[in-house]
Amino acid sequence: MTELKETEVPKQKSGSVADVKYAFHLLKENPLVIFGFIISVGSMLVAVFAGFIVDPNTWKHVDLSMRLCWNNPTFNWGIVNVFNCAGPVYALGTDSYGRGVLEMIILGIPLDLQIALEVVASAVFVGVVFGGVAAYAGGVLEEIILRITDIFLAIPGILLAIVLLVILGRSFNILTLAVAITWWPTYLRLMRSQVLSEKEKPYVESLRAMGAGPSRILFRHVIPNSIYPIFVQATLDIGGVILTVSALTFLGFTPSPLIPELGNLANDGIRYLFTAPWLILFSGLTILIISLGFNLLGDGIRDVFDPRLRR
Amino acid sequence: MLHFWRLSNLNEDGTLLRVDNLVKWFPVKGGLLSRTITHVRAVDGVSFSLNRGETVGVVGESGCGKTTLGRTIMRLMAPSSGQIVYDGTDISTLGRRKLKPFRRRMQMVFQDPYASLDPRQSVRSMLLEPMKLHHIADSKKEAIEFAEELVGRVGLNPDHLARYPHEFSGGQRQRIAVARALAVKPDFMVLDEPTSSLDVSVQAQILNLLKRLQDDLHLTYLFISHNLAVVRQMCHRTAVMYLGRIVEVAPTGRLFENPKHPYTKALLSSVPVPDPAKRKQLLVLEGDVPSPVNIPPGCRFKLRCAFAKDECSSRTPPLVQVEKDHWIECLYDIDFAKRPEPAS
Amino acid sequence: MLRTSFQSQKEVLSIRNLNVRFHTYAGDVKALDGVTLSVRNGEILGLVGESGCGKSVTSLAIAGLLPQNAEVVSGEVVLGGTDLLKMKKTDMRLARLRDIAMVFQDPMTYLNPVLPVGLQITEILTDDPRLFVQALIDNRLGQLHQGSLGKVEEQERKRLESQLNEGRLSKQELNRLAKAYATSMLKLVRLPEPERVFKMYPFELSGGMRQRAMIAMALVRRPKLILADEISTALDVTVQAQILKLLTELKEKIDTSVILITHDLAVVAEVCDRVAVMYAGNIIEVAEVEELFRNPLHPYTKGLLGSIPNPDAAGQELKSIKGSVPDLIYPPNGCRFHPRCPEKFDNCSKQKPRLLEVNPGHFVSCFIFGG
Repeated sequence: MTELKETEVPKQKSGSVADVKYAFHLLKENPLVIFGFIISVGSMLVAVFAGFIVDPNTWKHVDLSMRLCWNNPTFNWGIVNVFNCAGPVYALGTDSYGRGVLEMIILGIPLDLQIALEVVASAVFVGVVFGGVAAYAGGVLEEIILRITDIFLAIPGILLAIVLLVILGRSFNILTLAVAITWWPTYLRLMRSQVLSEKEKPYVESLRAMGAGPSRILFRHVIPNSIYPIFVQATLDIGGVILTVSALTFLGFTPSPLIPELGNLANDGIRYLFTAPWLILFSGLTILIISLGFNLLGDGIRDVFDPRLRR
Repeated sequence: MLHFWRLSNLNEDGTLLRVDNLVKWFPVKGGLLSRTITHVRAVDGVSFSLNRGETVGVVGESGCGKTTLGRTIMRLMAPSSGQIVYDGTDISTLGRRKLKPFRRRMQMVFQDPYASLDPRQSVRSMLLEPMKLHHIADSKKEAIEFAEELVGRVGLNPDHLARYPHEFSGGQRQRIAVARALAVKPDFMVLDEPTSSLDVSVQAQILNLLKRLQDDLHLTYLFISHNLAVVRQMCHRTAVMYLGRIVEVAPTGRLFENPKHPYTKALLSSVPVPDPAKRKQLLVLEGDVPSPVNIPPGCRFKLRCAFAKDECSSRTPPLVQVEKDHWIECLYDIDFAKRPEPAS
Repeated sequence: MLRTSFQSQKEVLSIRNLNVRFHTYAGDVKALDGVTLSVRNGEILGLVGESGCGKSVTSLAIAGLLPQNAEVVSGEVVLGGTDLLKMKKTDMRLARLRDIAMVFQDPMTYLNPVLPVGLQITEILTDDPRLFVQALIDNRLGQLHQGSLGKVEEQERKRLESQLNEGRLSKQELNRLAKAYATSMLKLVRLPEPERVFKMYPFELSGGMRQRAMIAMALVRRPKLILADEISTALDVTVQAQILKLLTELKEKIDTSVILITHDLAVVAEVCDRVAVMYAGNIIEVAEVEELFRNPLHPYTKGLLGSIPNPDAAGQELKSIKGSVPDLIYPPNGCRFHPRCPEKFDNCSKQKPRLLEVNPGHFVSCFIFGG
């Protein structure tokens, strides 16, 4: 029985400390990731607390007498005829309905983020399930799923979304649906290629030898092991979806131009590009920074974990 | 300690597994319409039987089909033709549902300890899952008790149950794999190169463990390996495979001391011995190990056989019994005088 | 056997107290802990040990191919009179080209997949004119010649050299000569139809043939030392036998020393003259091969030998060594084997034993035998 003593599990100490140190090292090498992290987390915090920072009903208070004014003394636009607002300082000026731009942006962020998360979540869900099933099952089922996916991939995303919105009407729910429909094929393909390679691994074979059925193997073992790149892609995509959604609302696919939403604001502002540039500038910048932030975050996650995925 | 095991296991004897003319071919597709051009004839007519409590070794080099044989017997794939009879039942064409009770009785340990365990599963979960699938325990509590007994049997501790595969060394992972296989209380295990990826001293530990388990639990093993020394250590009988067929099968001692097939002779004399005093001129078999795609007619070993004659190209040799329990596939006997035709 | 100019020195390579660490995020891996080893002229030295013992690190250190996070803390590696560790990078590159050759386990990853095998050999020749001249002379003389030449050969060599330097040999002529030499190398390693093999790509060759091609590439440079790292491990047993036989034949024909790194003691028994056993970054025993198998001294060696299944003998239970290989980030104090040693005593956990010559030619690092 001398062997019982022998099988000491090696000290775990080296393992997890090493991981953390390595992660920090990578962060140091890549400061943009930190920027991305701050922005994404920051925007999510803003989304959560928006209601407390700004009175949620502000967007309904239309005051045309205050429209398109700028009274923030710290910056001079150098434009002739800038309307100076009376009363309290609007940090970023007002929009064409007389509401503060900063306040509208703060109220708009949660809306955009919510839509983006819904789109990504549903696209991921559909992509993962059907991609996983297609890859694992193979055969005719896989062919059918792939062909359907090809159809959706062949149609340019924005066009499809526009068509759906025209047919089904302009509401944020339809908007979410329309964008999600164009987004899932990427996840399906990604999941399929992951599962294709994962299902050849010996542990899958040993599960089959054990008598586990295909759905158990797929959903409890293979998919959790292959989900990693999906997660990275999803983080990256949040930024992309925000851009797409804002683009669509910018084009006019919105239930009401009054609703505080970043694309709406940009739409509003483009008309006054030379007379009241703060509107388009700040709303556009917000869209840019948030999507960039998520993009960098996703990139960073991929860098930190991907090569280490080989255990 | 034996309270979880079916006591009837210990008292039974006789044939547990019989394989009859088993064939497994893999189609090779190609061309414009992905038509089947040819086949990889991985297993090309294998017959043998296994008695309870014994270990039969299958040896051969790459491409001989031993791994495919193991997987086909385990019904990880369906055979192209032939029969696999497990304890009286032909399982060669059974569907998944009917096969499930057999999955409990036949288990497998794989070669690569690093890839054969799900990296995201704790050891406990790995042991409980098969128990749940086959209703081994009556309650979760009982299942966990059994899991603790299993890890103890393979030389690990109960506090290893909470850990994950990456925290263990290769030898320990292989022990976990064995414990997992034992969790369903099997009668029969296919061991596919279980120690090939392990260091020599760890290999010794695992082989000793496997032997002990066989004695304690009356297990039957099919031991697949390319390592002749290990096979000699572990197996009661050994079959030598070449290009999809068994060319010689005999009790291990006799096979090693007195091999009768030219391939077996060459194989055995190619193995270096860890004793410089016995440094021999390794009998070198010329040529490369062939691929099982284009198999010429007649005896498949003739291209490398030192003793091949004309007849070997035209006739496929039958499996003949040269001594008690000792069979070979060759047209000529040991003195290379022509062998008389077998009666059947 | 042809004589080399190094005959006067008995050792072609001498490693003294080599100490190598790897800096990782988990800590410093003390991979080599004072390795002392020497390789004699014309011998095949087996370097044996299990995974993680440091044998591959040793060969990388000799070849100057340690990764970036490695640090040579102390020690010297002396080849032909010069300490390789103290050389400049460019000199080291030349040393690697001319004096040391490496053959690895998996030839598929070390051969260029887009070049025919023959061209990979001629590439080596055309890269180094001095080497090429030597090769040409060999070709003319029809043998593998090293070291000092006779008067006739010396004249021939000067003539060829001047031809080469003055560019009087046309490119075609050069290529033709290179090809002829490469083909004769392929023949030397017993590749069938060497002219045909010359034109073949690595993927067209079998594992055994690729390994021979790699050996040919190593020999072309007529190195003083060949580092063969697990060259037969990935091969089938009959192919492995072919490669081992080739090595023993080459040893007769060519006066190059070989460090044969392997975990397989049977291979060592078959082919090597002397054996060095490594454990956890230390050389723990060195002896002539018969002596090591007949009379192993170190407890680890004894355990290792006892755990090997012998194809010539049937099985009682194999003896195994209890415990497992230590974590080299936090290695045990004193003798690194002591936690697993059945014969340890007090001092073993406090001090490290030195490598001492206990019998003629038989060195052990264990307090049982002094040190």
